Amino acid sequence: MHKVVPVLTVVAAMFALWYAAVPFMNVKETLTGLERAGAVVTPDNPIERRDASSFGLVFRNSFAIPATYAQDRPRLPAPHQVAQDLWETTALKKVSSKRSLVYHGWITLSATLLGFAIGTAAGILLAVGIVHNRAMDMSVMPWAIASQTIPILAIAPMIIVVLNSIGVQGLIPKAIISAYLSFFPVVVGMVKGLRAPDAMQLDLLKTYNASQNQGFWKLRLPASMPYLFASLKIGVAAALVGAIVAELPAGGARGLGGRMLTGSYYGQMVQIWSALVFAAVLAAALVLLIGFAQKLTLKRMDLS
Amino acid sequence: MMLVALALLIWIAMWVLNVRLATGENANTRTIGLLVPAIFGLTILVVWELLVRGLAVPLVILPAPSHVLSTFLSELPTLWLDLQQTFLKGALSGYIIGCGAAFLTAILVDRYDFLKRGLLPVGNFVAALPIVGTAPILVMWFGFDWQSKAAVVVVMVFFPMLVNTVAGLQETTAMQRDLMRTYGAGYWPSLTKLRLPAAMPFIFNGLKISTTLALIGAIVAEFFGSPTMGMGFRISTSVGQLALDMVWAEIVVAALAGSAFYGVVALVEKSVTFWHPSQRK
Repeated sequence: MHKVVPVLTVVAAMFALWYAAVPFMNVKETLTGLERAGAVVTPDNPIERRDASSFGLVFRNSFAIPATYAQDRPRLPAPHQVAQDLWETTALKKVSSKRSLVYHGWITLSATLLGFAIGTAAGILLAVGIVHNRAMDMSVMPWAIASQTIPILAIAPMIIVVLNSIGVQGLIPKAIISAYLSFFPVVVGMVKGLRAPDAMQLDLLKTYNASQNQGFWKLRLPASMPYLFASLKIGVAAALVGAIVAELPAGGARGLGGRMLTGSYYGQMVQIWSALVFAAVLAAALVLLIGFAQKLTLKRMDLS
Repeated sequence: MMLVALALLIWIAMWVLNVRLATGENANTRTIGLLVPAIFGLTILVVWELLVRGLAVPLVILPAPSHVLSTFLSELPTLWLDLQQTFLKGALSGYIIGCGAAFLTAILVDRYDFLKRGLLPVGNFVAALPIVGTAPILVMWFGFDWQSKAAVVVVMVFFPMLVNTVAGLQETTAMQRDLMRTYGAGYWPSLTKLRLPAAMPFIFNGLKISTTLALIGAIVAEFFGSPTMGMGFRISTSVGQLALDMVWAEIVVAALAGSAFYGVVALVEKSVTFWHPSQRK
């Protein structure tokens, strides 16, 4: 309760700002449309209007404000337009329809999940190797850390095209990019986690005559869980971004990234916005899901 | 086949060498700490080169490192132009505006507990969203040139920076704040003399995260439309022409720019937060 009111206030303020911005963003196109329909607008010269400021235009043509909220192709759609488009493309369309956001969302989500699973598994394996093998640690770890400063996303188009030219298409190339993006956060976090037990705890196990294997399963792995979940949250968000960006050059206009790209080709802002909102909801759901798993796991382990 | 066998041999030899170095007597010295990853990196390059030559991998799948290097050197003017367009104009200006705005917002938010409780969860939520998706919208609003790229970068770095700065401003203990009060320090003196310095490790954490985000934002935004230069533009058109050597040269530039950007911020951090335990030797 202590947080709900402030959060709702902030969100309400954001929506208010959004609604307030709509007339100013859309006024020029709206006036052009109204003039064609026979309304008298000031100034009536299109060239003058183009060079005028949006603020002045809105105040001098205040009768046009309602129309700015009902444009077919607005520069900035109003929230209710986005909501309406979302409703039409998720609930009213058949799931198998190419105009359904659920269909496109599933294409993106499946690539995200597959990539995330591959990236996480590989990341955990590499982390285990790094913790147990000093040579591997010293060789690989600096590169794993350095690679986080590199905009890896830039190679997405190349991976898509190269895999395409050797005949791999569809889900796999996107999943590889997602895997690649979620891989490094998991490695770095997991190495930190597996190293989290302090010398005292490791010594205790030694006094119990525990083998390295037992030390791993009974101490290091449990101790790494908080770190693992923290990096899984980063990893899944990165995997989703990877899948969306991978859809840009993939062509075929499939998936949420494809929706954004076709929207930007044809000037369909509402379509971009609803794809964006859908992607945001998807990301939030994935992160919440991992947060939920984290809570459950840590509670059972008495770590939280 | 000879070259492939040679690649395998070099791989094994270098691995043995690295194991020796890493488990040897001087394993904890700085030289070895730098030498081992350097050997590893070099081995990968050599093995890559030999495998590409030995298996005659076509250029449209994977160019050899030497090929990439020669393209890099011969195309330097183009690459420099792209770097200017994407990094200096797009990413850097967006980074400065975005981080600056987030910093000022954080100080404002920090003054009002109500805002803090409201904005922080929202900020944390937004920081996890695929904000790159705003790129098509912003490109449509601000045009194809660098202004739209800077706008994407601003949106991308704003929330991570905001969340980190607000968290940093809460770092001081009650004891420290009480001490400032006993000195008769008001809000501004205690902000500039105590709370901002204490927040610096967090602020720099935000700044460092933002360096990578800035480059990613600027490059991806160019996939949605750009003038006929820029790293993202060059990557997407070169991929279309199957000129993969150019793509890799552009990736090398991105990697160099990314690590240099990060490195500079890390260096500044070192001189500003020299007092912090993580920076002391």
